[in-house]
This record gives sequence, C-alpha cells and structure tokens, in this order.
Amino acid sequence: MNIYLPIAEISVNAFLLLGLGGGVGFLSGVFGVGGGFLMTPLLIFIGIPPAVAVATEANQIVASSFSGVLAHWRRRTVDFKMGLVLLAGGLVGSAVGVQIFAYLRELGQVELLVSLSYVVFLGIVGAMMFIESIRALLQTKIGRPAPRRRHHWVHGLPFKMRFRASNLYISAIPPFLVGVLVGVLAAIMGVGGGFIMVPAMIYLLGMATTVVVGTSLFQIMFVTGATTLMHAMLNQTVDGILAVLLLLGGVVGAQIGVRIGPKLKAEQLRVLLALLVMVVGAKMGYDLVRTPDELFTMAWRGGGH
Amino acid sequence: MAILAALVWASAVPAAAQAPEEKVIAGLSQTHVSITTDFSGSEIFIYGAIKRDAPVPKDWPLDVIVAVTGPLEPVIVRKKERKFGIWINDAGVTVDTAPSLYAVATTGPFRDIISFTDDFRYKVGIENLVHFIGETYDKEFKEGYPEALVRLRRASGIYFELIGAVKVIDETLFETRIRLPANLVEGDYRARIFLLRDKAVVDVFETSIEVRKVGLERWIYTMAQEQSALYGILSILVALTAGWLASAFFRLVFR
Repeated sequence: MNIYLPIAEISVNAFLLLGLGGGVGFLSGVFGVGGGFLMTPLLIFIGIPPAVAVATEANQIVASSFSGVLAHWRRRTVDFKMGLVLLAGGLVGSAVGVQIFAYLRELGQVELLVSLSYVVFLGIVGAMMFIESIRALLQTKIGRPAPRRRHHWVHGLPFKMRFRASNLYISAIPPFLVGVLVGVLAAIMGVGGGFIMVPAMIYLLGMATTVVVGTSLFQIMFVTGATTLMHAMLNQTVDGILAVLLLLGGVVGAQIGVRIGPKLKAEQLRVLLALLVMVVGAKMGYDLVRTPDELFTMAWRGGGH
Repeated sequence: MAILAALVWASAVPAAAQAPEEKVIAGLSQTHVSITTDFSGSEIFIYGAIKRDAPVPKDWPLDVIVAVTGPLEPVIVRKKERKFGIWINDAGVTVDTAPSLYAVATTGPFRDIISFTDDFRYKVGIENLVHFIGETYDKEFKEGYPEALVRLRRASGIYFELIGAVKVIDETLFETRIRLPANLVEGDYRARIFLLRDKAVVDVFETSIEVRKVGLERWIYTMAQEQSALYGILSILVALTAGWLASAFFRLVFR
C-alpha cells in the first residue's frame, strides 16, 4: 500500500516504512541507541530528501526513546541527575546543529555534511567499540573480569557533582560536553547520538553500566524533541505522516528490544553493534569516494529558498 | 457554387495557421486531481473531435499532440566534482524554468509531426520548456545542466513521452490516456492539445488541471508551513503518546 507524504511530496510503501521502523526500533531497545544512524541513511536511500529524513527521524526517535525511558524508569535504571547535565549540553548543541544544517542546506551541501559526519563518527565509534568489545569478550573467555579504570584526567576537573545512581563523583564539565556533541550530531545527522553517548558514558565518564542505557535514552528523548521543534520551525522539514509510520513500527520494535535485550549476551551484542556501526560508516565513505553514475543532482523543491 | 467553395478553400490553405479551418474540441475525464493520503497517481482520459467546414484535406495526415505540463518553476541543479578525493556538489546553477511534470502523448515521432519552428513557438518539446531566461544564459559555464535536469526527471518518471499513444479515428475523433505519477506537486497544470498538419500547428485547445492536496495532506502541509511552532509541538506530542501507548500496551500484555 503506497502512501503520499505531504512534506517530502513523494509516494512510498507504508509497510516498508513500518518494517524499517520496527527493525530499527528493536535495535534501539536492545542497545539503548536511537537507531537513527541506521534509519536516516535508509530513508535517504529509499528516496526521502535528506533534509526531510534528518528532521523526521529526530521526531521518530522522540517516540522510541520515550517508550524505552518508561521501561527503564520502572526498573529504576535512569540517572536523572546525570541525564539533566547531559541534556543541558544537548540543548545547546542541538541549537547550534540546526543552524549549521540550515546554512549548509542553502549551500546545497547538506548531503555532504550528513555523509561526512557519518563516516567520521561511525568510523571512530565503531572501531573503538569493536576493539573494546573484542577485548571484553576475550577477557570473559579467560575468566578474568575486565579491569575498570577508576581514575583518569576526567576526575581532576572542577564543578564536581555526586551522581548517586551512576555511582560517580565527578566534574559536571565532561558530561556537559558529551551532551553538546550529541546535540550537534542529533541535529545534523538525524540521530539520537546514543552510539556516541553510550561508549562515552562507559569509557570516558566511567558510569555504572546498569544505568547507562536508561540515562542515554532520557537525554536523547529531550534533545531529539528540541531538534524536531527547531527543524519544524526553521526548515519546515518534519513530515507528519512519515513520522507516524516510522514511530508506530519503532515503538513496538523498541518494546520488544527492551524485553529481549537483557536475555542476550551483552559482549557478543556489542561486537555486533560495533560491526553494524562500522558497516554503515564504510558504506557512506565508499559513496563519497566512488565515482557516481550521475554527476548531477537536483535540489529538493523545498530547499534553498 | 461548388467552384466558389473550392476556390475559397484553396485560397485559405496557405493561411491555415492564422485562420484555422479545422478546430479541435476536447474534453478531459478530470480537471481536478486530489492528492489524498493513499494517492497513487491518476489516469486522465483525454478525448476530442475535429470540427471542420470543408472536406478532409488529403495532402497530409492529421497529427495530434497532447501535452500535460506542471507549473513552471526554477530548479537548482548541482554538479559533483572531485575535491580532496571525495565528490562534492558545486555551487549549483539555477535553471530558470522547468515544469514539475511533463507528460506528452503523440500520434507519431516528434520530429516527424511538428516542425522546429512550431515546436519552439508553442513550447511543446521538453527542451523548449526547460531553459535559462535571457541574460542569465552563459553557455560555457552552464552547459549540461538543463539536460541533466531533464535526464534526472525522466529517470524519476515525471517527464515522459508516449509516442504513438494518441489514437485518431477517421481523421475526426481522437483519444489518449495519460497516467499522472504519484509524485505530483500541487499547482495548476496545463493541458494542451495541438492539431497538426504538414508539421504545422493548425489549432490549439488549452485547459487546466488543478492538482491539490486535500484532507489530511492539506492540513499537515498548511500547518507545517504556516504554524510551524505548533506543528513541531504537535509532532512531539504525537511521538510521546505513541511511545507511552506502546509501553503501556506491552506492560499489559506481558504482565
């Protein structure tokens, strides 16, 4: 069944969108990532204009992350204090990101911005996660617990705060900066930023792993909400019908993921996620370097006015 | 009397284009296209007749071109260049006019039925619709851009020609069907029917087709444009509600 999208002004298959939403939502529930890093490229691939894909995907992530936050909240695995510090940074970053996005859209370089961000961030994060998770996997095989570094430079900074749920007493500056970075990415890549925030929380901040996913989703929910609003006001690129179809699939997928996630083997899952992240990054990188079949592109109707 | 009629007819032939002896009368199966949520394109049946006072001229067969074109608008076309090893868009060239849709049905191959002069005068062929205006035309720099636009739009199915799709019966009646694609943009579309003899346009019939988003599509589009803040907030509320509903539902089902 095809459905006409009022903002993107194209007709696409509704079941395809529901399926995409479901699959990506499932990953979101399992890993605590928004799943936007998969969804946005997929939407662009099926012909949604990049500007619409990025803005609408932010809106979808609001739904899947809220659904996830509710589940984690009931299990008391959300560190609200840490979440608020991350969020403060996230809102600043998102406002900056939306402005950069609008500016580059005028120049016709949104596609390049999106692709480059994907290649750089997915490449780095994917490789880091891959190495870390392989190391963790080997260590559990030998039967030694992974050593957790208790002290690094992060602990020497001022504005120390106590984050009880995370079992931390650290400066508020690193989480704030992580939040800013994630906010910028949310706006220009149409992602929640969980794929960068979750590793940062574990390896950089040293948070207790139990609260990482819930806290990450908590921050993502608000940042993508703010991003949606700003894209809607500045670029008019949030497609209501596209969003509803994606989020219907997404929320259901996320709920299934949240329930299945804890039953799966965490280390192996992390290897898989790392591989997935790297594959998406490599694909985007390849497309930038490869000589395209068609050198010309048309600006989307809504673009550049 | 018969001789007089023949004389009048004979003298009228060279001036056929100015004072048409043959007139085209046509109708469309629909002049309003509503874009609904499940809009998947629309087929328009175009039919008509040729009205004439004199007998059917024998020297050249009758040809018909039916052209449906979307609103003309400027389009920015960009070309990728390799810089620092990656392919990057250039600043882009604005092609001043390009129809959002170009759907043409004919009785035969374009060059066989219409002359260059009339093609240019009536702007029938796609190359006469997609172009730069006046001063902005800088040939060397902008070469290839309009052609690329046509190529891209052909590939996405919004520019197409149906050669030989117009059926003419007894040099008097004609009919054709044009299927408008699903990816339509709002606006007033032009439907023109050209009657040709000896590659020259004898008469033109013109009408318009209104393409409008309706219902939910209209509501969403208008709100996104005119009340963007409210629209943004509503989008977030819808997302939150869906997230909560899914969470509540799954909690009910699985304990």
